[in-house]
Amino acid sequence: MNSSASTGAPARSTRAVRRSFVTDIIDSERALGYLLVAPVVLLLLALVAYPFFVAVGYALTDRTLADSGVFIGLENFELLWENQIYRQTLRNTFIFTVGSVTLRLVLGVGLALLLNESFRFRRAVRAAILLPWIVPTVLGTMAWLWMFNPNFSVLNYILVQTGLMTHGFNWLTNPDLALFSVLLVNAWRGVPFMAITVLAGLQAIPQDLYDASSIDGAGKFQRFRYVTLPLVMPVLLTALVLSIIWTFSDFGIVYGLTKGGPMNATHVLATLSYQTGLASGNIGEGAAISLTMLPVLLVLIIWQLRRIRRSTTM
Amino acid sequence: MSAALAPSRRAPPRLAPGAIRSHHPRMERALFIWAPLTFFMVFLVGPFYWMLITALKPDSELYDGSKSPLYVATPSLDHFLYLFQKTDFVTWVGNTMLVATLSTAIALIMGVPAGYALARLRFRGSELVGTAIFVTYLVPTTLLFIPMVEVMATIGMDDNIWALVIVYPTFLVPFVTWLMSGYFRTIPTELEECARIDGLTRLGAMWRIALPLARPGILSAGIFSFTLSWNEFIYALTLVTASSERTIPVGVLVQLTRADFYFWGPLMAGALLGSVPVALVYSFFVDQYASGLTAGAVKG
Repeated sequence: MNSSASTGAPARSTRAVRRSFVTDIIDSERALGYLLVAPVVLLLLALVAYPFFVAVGYALTDRTLADSGVFIGLENFELLWENQIYRQTLRNTFIFTVGSVTLRLVLGVGLALLLNESFRFRRAVRAAILLPWIVPTVLGTMAWLWMFNPNFSVLNYILVQTGLMTHGFNWLTNPDLALFSVLLVNAWRGVPFMAITVLAGLQAIPQDLYDASSIDGAGKFQRFRYVTLPLVMPVLLTALVLSIIWTFSDFGIVYGLTKGGPMNATHVLATLSYQTGLASGNIGEGAAISLTMLPVLLVLIIWQLRRIRRSTTM
Repeated sequence: MSAALAPSRRAPPRLAPGAIRSHHPRMERALFIWAPLTFFMVFLVGPFYWMLITALKPDSELYDGSKSPLYVATPSLDHFLYLFQKTDFVTWVGNTMLVATLSTAIALIMGVPAGYALARLRFRGSELVGTAIFVTYLVPTTLLFIPMVEVMATIGMDDNIWALVIVYPTFLVPFVTWLMSGYFRTIPTELEECARIDGLTRLGAMWRIALPLARPGILSAGIFSFTLSWNEFIYALTLVTASSERTIPVGVLVQLTRADFYFWGPLMAGALLGSVPVALVYSFFVDQYASGLTAGAVKG
């Protein structure tokens, strides 16, 4: 840097006279733009777009692990629609997503409001509550698997010891309860993300707005309704869309806890597509199952894209 | 900062006549702050306490129904020893470290310049590329794992740890690009313009001016990428199957749970040790992490 400063003027003039090919590229806005973006575009074409079309191709065949299969059109999708397990999986995925995201939302916003207050050890608490989000999902899930253990469940121990129940729950073996249990663990992992994101939104609200609304006679509830809520909404919606996408497509938590059982009671689309496509080797059908996630994902992605467009043009 | 703001925030209710709650400020705080906080701490952090004490309990205590499970009477390191001597845990740690470090490096090398280009340079198609990258960021990995297994097999990368180094950038790069293009937009352009007047090329302005200024953003992008790779599960489960090629999450789950038999002590010890590195990385950069998370989220 020093050398360029000392030789500044003459160097610039020679550079202006003899611009090499390389200089043309690294100094032209367009050429440099293409140069910097090209590796990413190539990567995404080769390892996202291409596999995606491969998946579509598979879904239209009866390919298995042993046999490359033949084209069967939309038969996989037609068969899925009549398949009881697939239908149950759709229902499970829907309950899992709605239930978990509702819990994430309620608990996450509650926690954010709490962390926005001042109290002792606030920083330590803020760091600690992020743990479920930071730690590898499947490893955190193992702690829950152990807490749900039929014989040594600490949750049941507490429930029985405090006299709330006589036996405790069959958290993962009772088909009716199992879906709730996996949903709870998914919410456990997602609450910190929601809380920290909303907290950041809360802290970005200027204090003047609260002061002004107080002077105008707004009570605590009114300040929340007319100041906090509208200003936090954009951040909240983004966190919500991401949470829905991640929950809807979740694999690790269900796989770690139940692998879809008991009696398919906890299968979601991702685990069923793994089970069908790789574990049982029906690649065509498995690819078709995972592709049926697409309509919901597309709606969410397009909605989110339009929201961003609007916010950047403003 | 919040401490300074707090009094003014609490002032209005005190002025308002008929505000019942101000008669019992202590009870109010216990009820509205400490009670819910306790609930959240138990719910969110409790499982890690359970993980820790299980890892430290000898089997004799672990499976003895007559003893209270809530604390350890005679702590031992047996489960950790089992993990190191009887399983491939050390190999898994090495593998995870290797994959996370390399894929993070690739993600930063590709994603940071691309993010710069999208934020600063005008070229035809840049908006399309930006949209495509954002869409890829939102597409979950569970949509593509089946074809990915086949694609990796056709290029001879099946059952090989390097497959993960190749595949992880597919979700890390879009994320880094998107985060960094948002970050570069928050840096004023004047310094780069001055540098160009002083004779730097556009590439030089990026390299010498913009990148050093973006260091905090690059650091968060790096931390995110590292934790995302460390935590990744479905590709690690489906792309490699030999124990010697596994990462920690898959190794711990597959090797320490066999059919209906679970090695609970080593399992919890492994889960604990596998969580420590990411917890450490993040505890050093907790503020960076939170602000990066927010930058990403707010930018949407």
